[in-house]
Amino acid sequence: MNTAPAKAGWRFRQPSVIPGFGLTLGFSLAYLTLIILIPLSGLVWRSAALGWTDFWAIAVDRRTLNALKISFGTAFLAAAVNVVFGTIVAWVLVRYRFPGRRIADAMVDLPFALPTAVAGIALTTLYAPNGWIGQLLMPLGIKVAYTPLGIVVALVFIGLPFVVRTVQPIMEEIDKEVEEAAASLGASRFQIITRVLFPGLAPAIVTGFSLAFARGVGEYGSVIFIAGNLPFKSEIAPLLIVIRLEEYNYAAATAIAAIMLALSFLMLLVINLVQSWSRKRYG
Amino acid sequence: MADPEIKSYEPYRESQSEAVTESRPVRVAAMAVAFAFLAIFLLLPLIVVFNESFAKGTSAYTEALASPDTRSAIRLTLLVAAISVPLNAVFGISAAWAIAKFEFKGKAFLTTLIDLPFSVSPVISGLVYVLLFGAQGLLGEWLKAHGIVILFAVPGIVLATIFVTFPFVARELIPLMQEQGSGDEEAALSLGANGWQAFWYVTLPNVKWGLLYGVLLCNARAMGEFGAVSVVSGHIRGLTNTMPLHVEILYNEYNAVGAFAVASLLAGLALVTLVLKTLLEMRYGAEIAATRGH
Repeated sequence: MNTAPAKAGWRFRQPSVIPGFGLTLGFSLAYLTLIILIPLSGLVWRSAALGWTDFWAIAVDRRTLNALKISFGTAFLAAAVNVVFGTIVAWVLVRYRFPGRRIADAMVDLPFALPTAVAGIALTTLYAPNGWIGQLLMPLGIKVAYTPLGIVVALVFIGLPFVVRTVQPIMEEIDKEVEEAAASLGASRFQIITRVLFPGLAPAIVTGFSLAFARGVGEYGSVIFIAGNLPFKSEIAPLLIVIRLEEYNYAAATAIAAIMLALSFLMLLVINLVQSWSRKRYG
Repeated sequence: MADPEIKSYEPYRESQSEAVTESRPVRVAAMAVAFAFLAIFLLLPLIVVFNESFAKGTSAYTEALASPDTRSAIRLTLLVAAISVPLNAVFGISAAWAIAKFEFKGKAFLTTLIDLPFSVSPVISGLVYVLLFGAQGLLGEWLKAHGIVILFAVPGIVLATIFVTFPFVARELIPLMQEQGSGDEEAALSLGANGWQAFWYVTLPNVKWGLLYGVLLCNARAMGEFGAVSVVSGHIRGLTNTMPLHVEILYNEYNAVGAFAVASLLAGLALVTLVLKTLLEMRYGAEIAATRGH
């Protein structure tokens, strides 16, 4: 352990008087490998073992494509809704003082704390044709429960805290003097918000969007109750994985999971690039 | 940087001058939109849970909770949380110690790997264990030959729960311990403490509120996890049914009162978690990590 590094100038770690490096890093790596890395690489190995033709056949299967389209499409819509309303909520919580602000602020974390199955049955009951909200929408000809719109509603619930909690701390850090300077130079309030404040918030908003989107793509518990789960119409990709597993079709389940993971990582990569670009542009 | 001495003469103000805030109608409209959104998406679902569970009176509610299947689901959920949360807490402390107290190659990569479970769909988190331990899985034959049952049994549920709650404690403690540095520990060591003493008497008291915060969030997710557990559980009533899975079974059997009664317990847990979390943030905000994603 304490042997000198082979090459001078390259050290695995900087020297320190604190003990326990070997123990804590060793345990952490062992636990991480056993719980996360081995199971995940098992997934990669299994999908590689499928062979390209089998993999491709599952990937372009109409039901798979539809499920992926629904998962990514509804997650995108829900994240977009959350960007608009989440930013307004964060603004109100940061900038305005009103009674009950602390409670409203704490409530934002409810989707993190409430089990997804509970959210699922509660939202379904609310938006069912005889539910409190479903009743009101029925005469307008809007059906939410058991349609793709229901999936969006569930994902808006799930994703809200990701946007608010990413944007809120950045809003709190905004220096009021910048706004005062802009105002004293004759900028209108609208100009200040769009030209001075928004550029500073944009990276956080993009991050919030991507977190809500990523979570929405993989979400299962809250969606399956409200979605109706009709193949080609309201069947999400995680549900299709479960269905394939129940049919003992491990190959298809693995392939869909691998596609989902690959798409999610690709998307996060793109968003990271957009973020670093916007940081350079506005930063 | 403004001169702090000059700044201290200025009285603190909320800065509500008209120049740097919106006009009154805009303020009112923004607040109305925010409140309506929070009420529709957060408050109403919560109210519905309790309203539905008491829809047929208190006796139907208590009866639903007293059923043997419900009680075994509650016991299983408590058992799973009692195993997975402490394990992830020990991991979190250990990983935070290694990452915050030392400089080593590949640290950023390790931190990214720890967050990995958050970007994996819960269903996939369950699937990976099916591929490993299932009948057609990599270790399936070997496990069968040795009579070890992991899948569709408690060990599988525990593993899937550990997977999805893996980062919670670590991601609270890592930034907190990085912020605190290792000056206190170095002082303790120079005064003759050994490593364990430095940890028990110096580090742990320093991070206890952050640790509690992480454990709280980890526990809420562990008790509420649905997707991952659903894939590995096998849904055997009375045996491998956790509370969230039991909610689904009862709901699909059109037993609304039963489903919402169990759901109300989980919603109660969520509310207690939120209250404790808010209290911790208010009381010990500075002693919990400065960065707070979720």
